[in-house]
Amino acid sequence: MQIYLPIAEVSVNAFLLLGLGGIVGILSGMFGVGGGFLMTPLLFFIGIPPAVAVATEANQIVASSFSGVLAHLRRRSVDLKMGTVLLVGGLIGAAIGVVIFNYLKSLGQIDLLVKLCYVAFLGVIGAMMFVESLRAIRRTRSGAPPARKKHGWVHGLPFKMRFRASGLYISVIPPLLVGVSVGVLAAIMGVGGGFIMVPAMIYLLGMPTKVVVGTSLFQIIFVTGFTTLLHATTNYTVDVALAVLLLVGGVIGAQIGTMLGTRLRAEQLRILLAAMVLAVCGKLALDLLLTPAELYSIAAGAGGH
Amino acid sequence: MGRLVFLLCLLALPAKAEEVVLGLSRDKVAITATFEGSEVLVFGAVKREAPIPETPLEVVITVAGPSLPVTVRRKDRRFGIWVNTDEVRLEAAPTFYAVATTGPLDEVLSISEDERHRVSIPRAIGPAGAAHMAGDAESFAEALIRIRRGQNAYQLREGSVAFDEQTLFRTAIRLPANLTEGAYPTRIFLTREGRVVAQFETVIDVHKVGLERWLFTLSRERPLVYGLMSLAIAIAAGWGASASFQALRRG
Repeated sequence: MQIYLPIAEVSVNAFLLLGLGGIVGILSGMFGVGGGFLMTPLLFFIGIPPAVAVATEANQIVASSFSGVLAHLRRRSVDLKMGTVLLVGGLIGAAIGVVIFNYLKSLGQIDLLVKLCYVAFLGVIGAMMFVESLRAIRRTRSGAPPARKKHGWVHGLPFKMRFRASGLYISVIPPLLVGVSVGVLAAIMGVGGGFIMVPAMIYLLGMPTKVVVGTSLFQIIFVTGFTTLLHATTNYTVDVALAVLLLVGGVIGAQIGTMLGTRLRAEQLRILLAAMVLAVCGKLALDLLLTPAELYSIAAGAGGH
Repeated sequence: MGRLVFLLCLLALPAKAEEVVLGLSRDKVAITATFEGSEVLVFGAVKREAPIPETPLEVVITVAGPSLPVTVRRKDRRFGIWVNTDEVRLEAAPTFYAVATTGPLDEVLSISEDERHRVSIPRAIGPAGAAHMAGDAESFAEALIRIRRGQNAYQLREGSVAFDEQTLFRTAIRLPANLTEGAYPTRIFLTREGRVVAQFETVIDVHKVGLERWLFTLSRERPLVYGLMSLAIAIAAGWGASASFQALRRG
């Protein structure tokens, strides 16, 4: 069944959109990532104009994250206090990111920068997680006890705060910094930032994996909600018809994903996410390296100057 | 001046001995939520008071969409990766353009007439963006045409106009699903030996209706309300799915 999207001004298959929303929703519920880093390129691929894809995707992430976070709240796997600290950092970072984005846009190479950002971050994070999870799995197989948390420089900082749900007593500075840097990247790359946030919470803050997913979703809701409003009021690029189709699939997927997530062990969950991140990274890197079939591309409007 | 025009008209009269009488299967295309593209049948007759001349008449029909600015970029290899290096801005390029003819375009229309009336696809894109064109700008215009033809937004359909008894003509113009709103000027040329002997112009009106219209207007005129509505829908859907799944698990 074809549906004409009023803002995107293209006609697409409704079931295709429902399916895409569902798959990305499952990933979102399982891993606590918004799924934007997967969905946005997929929307480009089926012919949605990039500006509409990025803006609408933010709106859809609000829905799937909200659905996911409710499931996590029932299981008490959301650290609201940590989430709020990250959120404050995230909003500051997003504001800085928008300024940087507009500056680079005026230089004319924003597309390339976004892609390089993706390749670099996805590559580094994916590889780190993959190696670490593989080591963790091998350790549990061999029966050796897991290594204790190290007390590094992070624990020497002032303004300590107790995060009960995460079982942490650390300074607020590292989570705030994580929030800011994720916010900056999220604004530049046009995604919720979950795929950077989740590993940062696990490896930099030392939060338990089970709490990380819910907490990440919690702060993604607010960041993407803010982004949606910005896009709707400044660029008029949020397509609500497209968003509804994606989010119907997305919210159902998020519930299924959360259920699946509880059945898997933390290391398995992480290795799956790592593999996915690396796959997307590889695809983007190939696009940059291989000779494209069409050297020319067209964009609506007289932008670029 | 007025008299001169009148005299010129009188002089041109023999050429005007043949006139176009036109019909359209629809002069309004409504874009609804389930719009899948549309086919417009363009048909008509040649009205003449004299007997049919010896040399055959040909028909050229064009339909153009609203013109919008467009940027064409070219990739080049820099430091081992492919990046956009050059770009050309076109101030106005039609979002849709179709040419249907009774025969090969270069036979039914001479180059000078093509230049005057801007009929063929390269001419219709035309020198609009010439101010920004430099060096190999031609290749950018060609790329634009190549990409849009691949998307069926630009169509050249030679020989697709049926022309019976040198009098009745008809063709079907297929409008794709991703149409831009606006007026679609439709032109019909009658040509003989490459020269235009009669011309007729009309407009197909393409616009959104119903829910599509309402959403589009809301998003432009009250963007904050529209944005908040989008968020409310997202939150409601997220909550709804969560609540129903919980009910399912209990039930």
